[in-house]
Amino acid sequence: MNTQPNAVPESSSQSQGSTLAVVSPAQTLYWSIRRELWENPSIYLAPLIAAIVFLFGFFISTLSLRDRMHGVLPLDAAHGRDVFASRYELAGVLIMGTALIVGIFYSLDALYGERRDRTIFFWKSLPVSDLITVLSKLAIPLVVLPLLSFAITIATQFVMLLMSSVILAGSGVNIGALWRDASFLHVSVVLLYHLLTVHGLWYAPVYGWLLLVSAWAPRAPFLFAFLPPFVIYGLEKLAFNTTHFLSMIENRLIGPGNAMAPNAAAPDFMATLIPHHFFDIPGLWMGLLVAAAFLFGAVRLRRNQGPI
Amino acid sequence: MCEQSNLLGLIGPNGAGKTTALNAILGLIPYQGELKVLGRDPWSERDQLMRDVCFIADVAVLPRWIRVSQALEYVAGVHPRFDRAKAESFLAKTTIRLNSKVKELSKGMVVQLHLALVLAIDAKLLVLDEPTLGLDIIYRKQFYDSLLNDYYDRNRTIVVSTHQVEELEHIFTDLMFIDRGRIVLSSSMEELESRYVEVAVKPDQAAAARGLKPMYERQMFGRSIFLFDLKLNSADRQQLTTLGEVHTPSIADLFVAVIGNQSVMAQGASR
Repeated sequence: MNTQPNAVPESSSQSQGSTLAVVSPAQTLYWSIRRELWENPSIYLAPLIAAIVFLFGFFISTLSLRDRMHGVLPLDAAHGRDVFASRYELAGVLIMGTALIVGIFYSLDALYGERRDRTIFFWKSLPVSDLITVLSKLAIPLVVLPLLSFAITIATQFVMLLMSSVILAGSGVNIGALWRDASFLHVSVVLLYHLLTVHGLWYAPVYGWLLLVSAWAPRAPFLFAFLPPFVIYGLEKLAFNTTHFLSMIENRLIGPGNAMAPNAAAPDFMATLIPHHFFDIPGLWMGLLVAAAFLFGAVRLRRNQGPI
Repeated sequence: MCEQSNLLGLIGPNGAGKTTALNAILGLIPYQGELKVLGRDPWSERDQLMRDVCFIADVAVLPRWIRVSQALEYVAGVHPRFDRAKAESFLAKTTIRLNSKVKELSKGMVVQLHLALVLAIDAKLLVLDEPTLGLDIIYRKQFYDSLLNDYYDRNRTIVVSTHQVEELEHIFTDLMFIDRGRIVLSSSMEELESRYVEVAVKPDQAAAARGLKPMYERQMFGRSIFLFDLKLNSADRQQLTTLGEVHTPSIADLFVAVIGNQSVMAQGASR
């Protein structure tokens, strides 16, 4: 019986060189996030499609605006500004909302999908820790989606401005004023701030919860994510006839913006998106603590879970 | 329990605990007691361990959405010991195209891709849990050929669990049988050859052979085949040659004998 396999000597000579090679955690995180984008192109496609649909709508409405203006009253500057400002905002809200929905569904599937399709053992066969994996999945709704929706919103608003300049040129509208009043640079800074604070930090416990459920759920993560809040609300209502839990959830979902609009004088809708003294709100820090606890749970669960 | 540069075959009936044992070694499931793999605790240090260990789990599943090129890029990105050029040269020998998605590949091609990824990692320990399950004979042959020719060397240890013992007889250096969660036999192949002997005995000599207390007996072509464990048996090789034709048992026969005896003993104990 031949017990000595015919080993090839040359492969042993090259196996010594790379013993010290190390991949930094940052690099691992980077590749893990890229991996998420490969797997879930909807992360960027959905906001892009929302933007394209919106631009199409905007194109139609600007055309009709031009037709209405022909012959009838020339648009006064203030009215024109209002019309366009509200449309820029609408673009931002639409794209942001799309990103929010994508973020929710992404998070629910993030740690559930790899167990369901049994690829979790493949991912675990690589030197990527559970912590890095969970962090990369959390980074999608907390960092990637806000930044992406910011970039797409700015691009959309710029295209809107170009479109309206071309369509309305020669129809009596002051194109220079259009550009001057667009002021989306100011708006965009506000938007970026809103996206990074509210979507990135304020919603952290919400996404943490979704990831936790996604790491644990034996099936139907959607159900397991949304049913418990209802049950807790019902129990509280029955037992104490109070609704503290519901108002807590409401406060978390609506965001801290409404409660503290900076100064009532600001007519700008975007301004209401800036939470005043954001970093002084105790709820922010409480929320981050809760998010950290959820994440810790998700990391532990991922270590324990195999395919389902 | 396993030395460097071995090619260990882990063999056991269904439900014997092969996958459970391997998963514990790989840090995929918790375990009781103490376990160190390459000096690390696999449960708490899985990510560091995976720099030196690679594996193909029994449910070898590559993500269906991933492109071949993306898989190469990703593994190259996160694994310090992955040699992308080597993986590409493996793939060049196959019909797999770099821009195909895994879901477009056949089952055999997915295994080839997985193997190309794993073999391009310069790991100290490679664990393969039923790597060729569901593959036809040609792919299985190719699989083990590339394992031996392109990968195996003195710096590496390979652990393979399998049902298909016959095909692998000649590649293992070490063998472990497990049954119901217990190791029932663990030995190097050399040791096995000197320890176990099979004798084909004509019917007239059968009673004499039975008198030497063989560990297993079966009938074949009108002869009785007796399997002796020389370590536990007073008989020696010389004595056995007088009874009939002596040769080394195949792993499959040895497996049936060892595991069969185990279950007889277990049944006896439970009565």
